[in-house]
Amino acid sequence: MKFEHYGLGLAKGLVVTLKHALRRPMTTQYPEEKLVVSRRFRGYELVWYEDKCTGCATCAKSCPQGNIEIVTVQQGDLYKVQKFELDTGRCMACGLCVEACPYQALYMGMGYERARYRRREVVLTKEDLKPSPERQPSGYAYPEVAEKLPEQTLLVYRK
Amino acid sequence: MGILGHFQKWLVEHSVPDWASYVVPALTGIIIALLFLFLMIIVFIYLERRGLGRFQIRPGPNRAGPWGVLQAFADFIKIVTKEDIVPYAADKPVHFLAPVVSFFSAIMILAVIPIQKDAYITNLNIGILYVSAISSLGAIAIFMAGYGSNNKYSLIAAMRGVAQLISYEVPVLLAIAGVLLISGSLGMVDIVESQNVPFILLQPLGFLIFFIGVGAELNRSPSDLMEAESELVTGYHIEYSGMKFALFYLGEYGHMVVASAVMTTIYLSGWKGPILPPAMWFLVKMVLVCLVFVWIRATFPRIRVDQLMSLAWKFLLPLALLNLFATALEVMWQDKIGWEQFPWPFVFLNLGLAIVFILVGSKLLFKTGGGQVEV
Repeated sequence: MKFEHYGLGLAKGLVVTLKHALRRPMTTQYPEEKLVVSRRFRGYELVWYEDKCTGCATCAKSCPQGNIEIVTVQQGDLYKVQKFELDTGRCMACGLCVEACPYQALYMGMGYERARYRRREVVLTKEDLKPSPERQPSGYAYPEVAEKLPEQTLLVYRK
Repeated sequence: MGILGHFQKWLVEHSVPDWASYVVPALTGIIIALLFLFLMIIVFIYLERRGLGRFQIRPGPNRAGPWGVLQAFADFIKIVTKEDIVPYAADKPVHFLAPVVSFFSAIMILAVIPIQKDAYITNLNIGILYVSAISSLGAIAIFMAGYGSNNKYSLIAAMRGVAQLISYEVPVLLAIAGVLLISGSLGMVDIVESQNVPFILLQPLGFLIFFIGVGAELNRSPSDLMEAESELVTGYHIEYSGMKFALFYLGEYGHMVVASAVMTTIYLSGWKGPILPPAMWFLVKMVLVCLVFVWIRATFPRIRVDQLMSLAWKFLLPLALLNLFATALEVMWQDKIGWEQFPWPFVFLNLGLAIVFILVGSKLLFKTGGGQVEV
């Protein structure tokens, strides 16, 4: 005689939900509490190192959208980058420019809160793209950078 | 004599005009009932939302105020500031009165609930009859809302709701009748006074039937058919907005507060309990009943409309009758055995009988699960 059809099944269901009620909530309280993102994260637009950049414009050519605009001026033997602009309104974070860069001057970023109030703020200039404490390079296309980054938090491992 | 009775006597002794000695205690009672109901509604809404959150492994609302205690107030302000839309083709007086009836039937029941030995508004000697009569007003409110809105979905929901309420009224009343046989009185204070052992132990099957029936009458989750979001938008109050919707919302939780108060009174021995003050025991038991309601809601999926009806008529009704019969036999032998002194044999006897009745009922009358469709 199986008792599942005589009310025992209902009691079993109640026990299951009670067990869940005693667990720690799984929710991440977002603005206060943030998860560590993937080490190969294609995040906050781009991180651009001025000293490594030669202004070769390989990134601009590799961009499927044509979002990157570079203007260089000659200074003796070198070319100095005068203008480096990225229209993030059209950028799809494909990472082709990072992969194309022959001098390791472009990285994907680790940030992700990229909403802006004005449309003109979406176009990032040379100064905006330089690395800063909030703007750290991610390990995308650079395994040696990825190794040093902290591991991603996975909700699966939470009890 | 309750506290209000003493107050009235005090007023008469201090030569207050005759009319005032009737009006002032009455108004005081109304204000106390309203304040108590509002306070408990806020507590219940908070418990429901936080508790449901915990059952779903999330914290629940925690932004408005410390631990989210002000969430109910925030929701209330948001609802009140919304536009009050009345459909063009609505039956305006009925549409207007439905939320009022829904909310005030909850307050009216509170008049006979004894929170403590003397803390009641009135001690009717037909207390439980009054409770079951007034709680049926909820069905009228629902049908007024469904019919007055002139909307086919709300009408379908109202008809489902009224059918459900009327069906579940029968086993609930029969379950209460078992309690009345033991206590020998219809008055709420007398029922609590006669509970040396809580009636949940003496009447386990009756309590189960009462609990399922009340859960269905409150339209709470396993049997919230008339509010089925996936089929009937939100049920009978689809055409309500603003303050009227807030009244329906308050009425829904008000009925839940009242139901747990009634359940505490007639099955969980009301204010009785060790250590804590009596009124505190009453509130603790009410909150416990509320948490069990939340637990049930978090666990079971909605049942189908035909299964809902067959549960009431094929399962709960025969079991309630059997329970009543067994209780009547026990009460008949009461004089010979002396049940006031030795209730414990009866506790175990009734528990065994409940299990046997449920097994027999499930075998012969109505099975849960199994996925069978019998039309």
